[in-house]
Amino acid sequence: MKIGVPEEVFEGEARVAMTPDSAIQLQKLGFECAIQSGAGRLAGFADADYKAVGVEVIKTAAALWKASDIIAKVRPPNSAELKRLSSDKTLISFFDPSGNDAGMEAARASGASVIAMEMVPRISRAQKMDALSSMANIAGYRAVIEASSNFGRFFTGQITAAGKVPPARVLVIGAGVAGLAAIGTSTSLGAVTLAFDVRPEVAEQVESMGAEFVYLDFDEQHDDAATGGYAAVSSPEFREAQLAKFRELAPNIDIVITTALIPNREAPELWTQDMVKAMKPGSVIVDLAAEKGGNCKLTVKDEKIVTENGVTIIGYTDFPSRMAAQASSLYSTNIRHMMTDLTPEKDGQVVHNMDDDVIRGATVIHAGEITYPPPPPKIKAIAAQPKQTAPAPTAQERKAQELALFRKQSKTQVGMLALGAAVMVLIGAFAPESFMSHFIVFVLACFIGFSVIWNVSHSLHTPLMAVTNAISGIVILGALLQIGSGSWLVVFLAAVSIFIASINIVGGFLVTRRMLAMFQKS
Amino acid sequence: MTIGIVAAAYIAAAVLFILSLGGLSGQESAKRAVWYGIVGMGAAVVATVFGPGVGNWFIILLMIAGGSVLGWYVAKLVEMTEMPQLVAALHSFVGLAAVFIGFNAYLELQSVLALKATMPAGADAAWLDQQGLTGFAKSLASKSEAERTILRAEVFLGVFIGAVTFTGSVVAFGKLAGKITSKAEKLPGGHALNAIAAGLSVLLLILFMGGAGIWTLLLMTLLAFFIGYHLIMGIGGADMPVVVSMLNSYSGWAAAAIGFSLGNDLLIVTGALVGSSGAILSYIMCKAMNRSFVSVILGGFGNTSGPAMEVEGEQVAIDADGVATALNDASSVVIVPGYGMAVAQAQGAVSDLASKLRARGKTVRFAIHPVAGRLPGHMNVLLAEAKVPYDIVLEMDEINDDLASTDVVIVIGSNDIVNPAAQDDPNSPIAGMPVLRVWEARQVFVSKRGQGTGYSGIENPLFYKDNTRMFYGDAKVSINALLPLID
Repeated sequence: MKIGVPEEVFEGEARVAMTPDSAIQLQKLGFECAIQSGAGRLAGFADADYKAVGVEVIKTAAALWKASDIIAKVRPPNSAELKRLSSDKTLISFFDPSGNDAGMEAARASGASVIAMEMVPRISRAQKMDALSSMANIAGYRAVIEASSNFGRFFTGQITAAGKVPPARVLVIGAGVAGLAAIGTSTSLGAVTLAFDVRPEVAEQVESMGAEFVYLDFDEQHDDAATGGYAAVSSPEFREAQLAKFRELAPNIDIVITTALIPNREAPELWTQDMVKAMKPGSVIVDLAAEKGGNCKLTVKDEKIVTENGVTIIGYTDFPSRMAAQASSLYSTNIRHMMTDLTPEKDGQVVHNMDDDVIRGATVIHAGEITYPPPPPKIKAIAAQPKQTAPAPTAQERKAQELALFRKQSKTQVGMLALGAAVMVLIGAFAPESFMSHFIVFVLACFIGFSVIWNVSHSLHTPLMAVTNAISGIVILGALLQIGSGSWLVVFLAAVSIFIASINIVGGFLVTRRMLAMFQKS
Repeated sequence: MTIGIVAAAYIAAAVLFILSLGGLSGQESAKRAVWYGIVGMGAAVVATVFGPGVGNWFIILLMIAGGSVLGWYVAKLVEMTEMPQLVAALHSFVGLAAVFIGFNAYLELQSVLALKATMPAGADAAWLDQQGLTGFAKSLASKSEAERTILRAEVFLGVFIGAVTFTGSVVAFGKLAGKITSKAEKLPGGHALNAIAAGLSVLLLILFMGGAGIWTLLLMTLLAFFIGYHLIMGIGGADMPVVVSMLNSYSGWAAAAIGFSLGNDLLIVTGALVGSSGAILSYIMCKAMNRSFVSVILGGFGNTSGPAMEVEGEQVAIDADGVATALNDASSVVIVPGYGMAVAQAQGAVSDLASKLRARGKTVRFAIHPVAGRLPGHMNVLLAEAKVPYDIVLEMDEINDDLASTDVVIVIGSNDIVNPAAQDDPNSPIAGMPVLRVWEARQVFVSKRGQGTGYSGIENPLFYKDNTRMFYGDAKVSINALLPLID
């Protein structure tokens, strides 16, 4: 079968879905490769480069579409391209299946199969074809580079003969793939980097990249296993706490990079107008969510603006395309891995196995049917998920649970007390007074014992046993009281008791002291 | 000394004992706390000796001196690894003393009653004083009939608990010292025998209360000796931490029961403190093994509920060079000591290894399972003896979540407490027991004498895992072999 890659028709798109390197690999899978003349030019790959590795160069798009069985693209096809699809063709591309109803219908009517690269499920096995992640990685890197070229200062702090330069302070909001890439780039440029995410469990990743995680004083659990590794919509209270924190940070931040996106929703507003106002002139905001309306409402999609107080806001949506060579090589590798999975026999024949989680998930149109959205993948895990237990209870549920627990505890406690009281009354009814007075002492001592012992630290349990052993030698008192007796047998038994109880007392205390003397701090 | 002063001394002693136990909440305060206990004990003994109604000073002096010297000698000589045996042995003394004192109380009661029977008509309490009754006997004489009945019950109970504690502790001592088998062994009839003996004891109690004479008390003592022996014989070695704390508790209750029969509040208070302390320790130990107290008493490990999970793979051995290379590359190391470390006396070598690794800038921590060893807190004491700073010695709950990010875990002579079967195999005898999840670490080395299954006889799948290497040999020798290779 033949894989063909046309030139991208989208205005300004510089990426290409096949590089000479990926073409070599695809040919090893048994495919013939073709490319439209000039398709790789903007990404730095000349037609000659392709020819050199055995790729057929076809002059026009029409001819290429006609000659190819499999079309690999970057941007979703426009209506002219969709018309070129036919039932024997397979299209692999970004497709935006949720927001492209007309395109979906047109593709379905043509009978072609469509594999949407953004639909690759987020499971470990599919990471190698996860184009969203590879593009996000580039976007995060490029966001920092754009910010730095628009920021009139150094990133790194320096003390020079010409004066002291403070390091730039960068705040990255959203620690997904793009966020983490931005953090890495920013810290390696030497900036002081702060990062925030609604999922507190990513704090470790953030810190491992060298940034400081911004914690909120708010405990709300986000179950990110349920949303496939993406952030979920947060509660209004949480949002307020988050905005308050940002407001506090804003005056001291030089560069803000926002990457907060929630699947299939408009981007949440996280950097409000008053925060922009609070920033120093010359500060830069890079809004990676501009495509979906922006995390800052002042953002203008695809443009760079400067506000009245001198803050630059960058709303570009084509960061990967701005690094076309890098983006193309990563994207074409993703495509190549997808093809590897589609040709298990390596014989150049596509087997569209709809039982495979990855292929099923990415396929949005197959055999004249729209197969989007896919069923949830059989393997859920992104990583080992220890908290796949019930979703975290809401504040109300928690309160109810606490109340129920409290009631239950009260019930058992009252029950125990009632039982205890009944037993006491029973004993009191029969036992003489002298016994009861001792009994009070006994019960109180038990209570004191219980409350004191719970505080003993685990590491001192052996000394505890030794010391209780020593003080249980107190039975010596009984023997002492009896030894004055007139009976020789009593005297003898009492004497033996005194002897062994003394061993106990002296041995117990000494050994305890020996042990405790050994415990020392480093 | 008057009765008032004696009582004051007792109050002081009781308060000091409570402070002494309370002070064990921290390592530093504990050092002071022991002195509270010693002073309290001294005050109580001195006040009693010089209090009213105590005679035979010479014998007292001789006995206390003899006992003290022996106690001092034992405490000085005992190895820290032998601590469990020592504790068990000391428990048996308290039990035996309680038995003797209980018998004495009964004998005194009988002689006082005999004396009363000869009391001429019309004589009053003053006559009893003239008969030379002092101290304990005097207080017995003034008791009413109802009080005497209660007294008999108290004596009976005190002797019973004391006797069970005595033989139980002797057996526990034997098992811990390796003098008798650590396996769970029962006579034919099993727990039915214990139940019969206990039932007979209740019967004897009723006879005794009815005034059947000393033979009932003697017979019951023999039965209680049997119960103590048979009960502890039936418990396996791995459950020893629970057994020792349980006996600790019993020795306390025995003292409290004796206190009741003698009408001595200090004995009651102290006995109750010790009793509840032991009970809490047993509870903590049971919880750490995910077993109910009853199931520990009723039998040792080995009663599986189904076939154990098949273990796949094989144990891969490694030599000291390999372990040393891994340690040199690691940045974080966790050491999990167990009873095997105590047996091999390897704590000193382990401590040297830890300090050497720490000097190389590696993070070294110790993970202690609550039931590691044969005594609650056993490992802590051993590591402290070897001068391992206590702030790098962590409990299971403190360290379990960190294990996944640890480079190297060294397991030294522990088995069940790192057994993944507790989590994975519902048929395992230790299913549900919280364990140290060492297998989550990047690499695990297990120092072990051979391929056997260890004390409890449960197969450990950890040894067969891909990231586990077996470092065979005596723990002390193995660790010492490692030391020169660390650079």
